[in-house]
Amino acid sequence: MAQNNPNFILMVEDLTVSFDGFKAVDNLSFYVEPNECRVIIGPNGAGKTTVLDLICGRTRATSGSIGFKGQELTRMREDKIVHSGVGRKFQTPSVYEDLTVFENLEISYPRGHSVFGALAFKRDAGVTARIEEIAETIFLSEMLQSRAAILSHGQKQWLEIGMLLIQDPELMMLDEPVAGMSVAERRKTAELLNRIIQDRSVIVIEHDMGFVADIATRVTVMHQGKRLSEGSMAHVQADPKVVEVYLGH
Amino acid sequence: MTRSSLFRRDEAAGLAILALILFVVFPLMLDDFRLNLFGKYLTYAFVAIGLVLCWGAGGILSLGQGVFFGLGGYCMAMFLKLEASTPEATAIQSTPGIPDFMDWNQITALPLWWEPFHNFGFTLLAILAVPALFAFVIGFAMFRRRVGGVYFAIITQAIAAIATILIIGQQGYTGGVNGITDLRTLLGWDIRPDSAKVALYFVNAVLIFVCLFVAMAIRKSKFGRVLVAMRDAEDRVRFSGYDVASFKIFVFCVGAMMASIGGAMFTLQVGFMSPTIVGIVPSIEMVIFCAVGGRHSLLGAVYGALLVNWAKTTFSESFPELWLFGLGALFIAVVMAFPNGLAGLFDDYVKPRLAWPGRGRRARADNPQPAE
Repeated sequence: MAQNNPNFILMVEDLTVSFDGFKAVDNLSFYVEPNECRVIIGPNGAGKTTVLDLICGRTRATSGSIGFKGQELTRMREDKIVHSGVGRKFQTPSVYEDLTVFENLEISYPRGHSVFGALAFKRDAGVTARIEEIAETIFLSEMLQSRAAILSHGQKQWLEIGMLLIQDPELMMLDEPVAGMSVAERRKTAELLNRIIQDRSVIVIEHDMGFVADIATRVTVMHQGKRLSEGSMAHVQADPKVVEVYLGH
Repeated sequence: MTRSSLFRRDEAAGLAILALILFVVFPLMLDDFRLNLFGKYLTYAFVAIGLVLCWGAGGILSLGQGVFFGLGGYCMAMFLKLEASTPEATAIQSTPGIPDFMDWNQITALPLWWEPFHNFGFTLLAILAVPALFAFVIGFAMFRRRVGGVYFAIITQAIAAIATILIIGQQGYTGGVNGITDLRTLLGWDIRPDSAKVALYFVNAVLIFVCLFVAMAIRKSKFGRVLVAMRDAEDRVRFSGYDVASFKIFVFCVGAMMASIGGAMFTLQVGFMSPTIVGIVPSIEMVIFCAVGGRHSLLGAVYGALLVNWAKTTFSESFPELWLFGLGALFIAVVMAFPNGLAGLFDDYVKPRLAWPGRGRRARADNPQPAE
């Protein structure tokens, strides 16, 4: 594999993190191309979420490197990583319940993120227009003035996706975006994701194989912190090791 | 939409009622002695307003606000003490021209760090800058390391204890356990007579409104909404590109500066400053003022500070040994029974019965009158 290929937007190399001797991620390498949708699958405890935590800076690597557009992320502060173009959605919907949907989206609007920037922030027509546009995309136009606390589980997931979308990140990381959703919500979300993963790189963790087959450019299978297999959906589904530990016979 | 206007209708009404109480009702109803007491209570309201920002909005519970109150108070007291310690007034000391307690402690020259407090401009600057700097150092050390919640509360409480011990231990420089007493004039204006106390009461009331306006502006800005967001989902804010620690440091510094203004006004209103106002018990009392008033309500904090202090004066005159138990019971009652304090009770029980113009229309729409 061409390790220094400048065409890769994200280069994860020999990444290891050890919690008291337990290696949650063990010497993992993978590469993501621009506009690629990479899906990470694997059994529970394989280290999938930890990989996302490492990339966005929530967990610090024990060794290895994470290169994003030529910058090293392993020692960068979390908010700087975000500003370099990495957005991340958490597994359980994480929204600001005491604020309205509009205010939730406004906080993620990419302006006024310093202390004094936030004090001086003005809600101008551009901000309002952009928030309304995003709300339309995530099916929440009618809910803009409602407190986020009253949203359903699925709507909270959409709101958090909207909060990522308004940041317009070059690399978007989604941790189980359709988990806990009804069938109808799931279908709408798949449609939403298919729309927003255009023009950017995306890493998705997901268990729903139908959904994975629908969106993935390539699939990485993880097991016990290591990469078990990688390639197209058809390739990993045919891989006997993957069938053994994850997909089942 | 009314959102874009400076104050919502009910906020404007709340401010107007408070102004009426502070500027008209109290001065007309209370004699000079009681008005002076309420002036003292008002100085605690500054701390409570700062706590609404830190604790109510930002979720940062500081049990060490007495330290900042004390820093402001001591800055002002040092200036007043130097003004009172002219060589003529202190001619009987072995070293005339230095504060009396220094002379009693065999100190023969004014310490270097006291010198700038001859200057009133420097003193005013110090009242704002010293606590802000101190809060910045504490905040930087804690929030950068992600120390928060109960650990932060315990550490700030420890700082309050350390500050008291330090002040008492350094008797020669700080006046020790007695504090800095026998303060007389401010730039030649005698602060001891009743007329001066009344004037200071009004200065306090005006400054309270200045702090309220600043606090409201902060809460209404996006900064205020980011604080609320941090309380709900700190990681989400962090991974939306905010440096969470710097937001906490800033609001902690603002709270410290407000407490310090209160402390400086306390020194003027009461005429002394001592370590008993810095320590753990007063610091916790300050949190209780805020909790009783309602930790999410700026106006509630002012009423909380006035009410609890009035109760303290009234009950501790009659049952001095029972007051602390009463205060503890009050705090428990607030936390268990009405966690949003007086402001929460007002919002739940009084507001629905008031006919705000907008609300009235909606109520009528819900119960349409029979067609005529």
